[in-house]
Amino acid sequence: MNDTSPPAPPQLEARRAGRFLFQAGIALLVLWVLVPIWFLFVNALSAPSEVTGFPKRMWPGFDLASIQFFLQFQGVTQALWNSVKVAVLTMILSIAMGAPAGYALSRFEFPGKEFFRVLVIMTRAFPLPLLALPLAVMFIRTGLDDTVLGLALVHAMLALPFAVLITFSLFSGIPVELEEAAWTLGCTRLQAFVKVVLPLALPGIAASAVFAFVISWNEVFAAAVLTIENRTLTAFLLQSLNVSPLPLKFAGGAALVMPALIFIFAVRKYLFAMWGIANR
Amino acid sequence: MPRALPYLLLLPASLFLLVFFFYPFGLVVVESLTRGGEWTTDNFTRMTGHWKFAPAFWNTIWLTAIVVPVQLIMALTMASVVQKLKTGRSGLLYIFAIPLGISDLAAGLIWLAIFEQSGFLNSILHSFGVIDRPTLYLGYQNMWVIFLAVCLAEIWRATAIMMVIIVAGMGLIPKEYSEAAEVFGASRWQRFTRVTLPLLRPSLQTALILRILMAFEVFAVVMALGGTSLPVLMGETFQWQFQLQDRGVAAAYAMVILGLSVAFSLVVLRLLHVPKGARI
Repeated sequence: MNDTSPPAPPQLEARRAGRFLFQAGIALLVLWVLVPIWFLFVNALSAPSEVTGFPKRMWPGFDLASIQFFLQFQGVTQALWNSVKVAVLTMILSIAMGAPAGYALSRFEFPGKEFFRVLVIMTRAFPLPLLALPLAVMFIRTGLDDTVLGLALVHAMLALPFAVLITFSLFSGIPVELEEAAWTLGCTRLQAFVKVVLPLALPGIAASAVFAFVISWNEVFAAAVLTIENRTLTAFLLQSLNVSPLPLKFAGGAALVMPALIFIFAVRKYLFAMWGIANR
Repeated sequence: MPRALPYLLLLPASLFLLVFFFYPFGLVVVESLTRGGEWTTDNFTRMTGHWKFAPAFWNTIWLTAIVVPVQLIMALTMASVVQKLKTGRSGLLYIFAIPLGISDLAAGLIWLAIFEQSGFLNSILHSFGVIDRPTLYLGYQNMWVIFLAVCLAEIWRATAIMMVIIVAGMGLIPKEYSEAAEVFGASRWQRFTRVTLPLLRPSLQTALILRILMAFEVFAVVMALGGTSLPVLMGETFQWQFQLQDRGVAAAYAMVILGLSVAFSLVVLRLLHVPKGARI
């Protein structure tokens, strides 16, 4: 009385069901993240009449009219260019100030070190975009109001704590023995840094620079408060929210999202390393 | 020279913090407490006297109270799922991390594409025959729908940052602890609540503080989805600074956000306190 196909034992059944649930859960989470972005791009890549039409299709019409309309809209190219300029300046400023500080924290023991570290971490307990309010006044006095540099300085303040903590963790990950070996071979401190440490740290520094770029590119509040004529893309979109037609909004949104997607992809390896150390 | 070197390296960052962090925050405090050059609490009475203050305050609080716990659970789920995967880990992590690079304004526009009258929600409902003609969701008559849309957009956008911090934190926990618990017969759930979560406290601290602060600063998402019909603290700050040209009241609002941020950071630090000796 041999049953050729015995029913699967309940344990196996349960495990199979568990695995199915697990995979369905993953699929659901992936859809949750991706579908909204898909919708934005469907809108951005459809003709304006489709964007305002109803009902909508779930795939784009591959019509560049919306994008064209966006790019030819008064002030858009200027705003895009301003966004790039501010973000690049932010990147340079925050790394130029943050990397030396990160290096000092990782390589030296000195009185006041812990104080500085706590200070940097503490800045995260403050809503930094609010800095734009008092700085607006300060900038009018110093002639920095409504300039690319003025806004970049505020954005650099947003990015600096991250730059310090990320470079700190990067340099800590490079054995000090390598540097010491270079010194014994006759390198000065600077030479050892440039020839040994820098090449090893460069990819990580580039990643944190990209991170600074994204912080600036995405920032809305300070940009909207501090710029009037020289608006960045976020400030431009925010201030034209209640007057601009839908196709403009969605094309603008897509323009905001695109670089961020690429950048996050570029630094994906470092995202987790960065945050792991930023914890302590 | 060698003894001065660390201080020299810290100098640019320290000076920058002084000028662009401490000084402006001092200015905000002064500005909120003065009017026409005299010390007064007039700004605060004006702020609380305005009919939009109470709704703005409570909307912000409710938004935080709803969004943050949901995100914490989602982030923990995502992180655990990723931890369990053997293949496709980095791909899945990248997808989960995508919203990290997306600005709050873009997130607002993305969800606008779904909730606006000719948007995707209406189109989908229409294609299933649930509705005949598009309904208006984001009108001021439907405050709670705007609120819900803002909640969804916030959950969608900012879960990634918590997830990344938690994944990084989980990576720091030695596998041996969990394995030891398994040997003693702890179930998967027990291992999660008794081993992983307590060891994750430093990361949870960082994640919660960052996230709660971001929730108090919610601004562009609300502007994109509801304009000014759903008042929030940061939005009111912006209105007073710009539309009403009253920097004193704007500074008072800033003080409220600042106070909330610092208070809640302290609460989180207190609740998730990790004794020095118990760190890994």
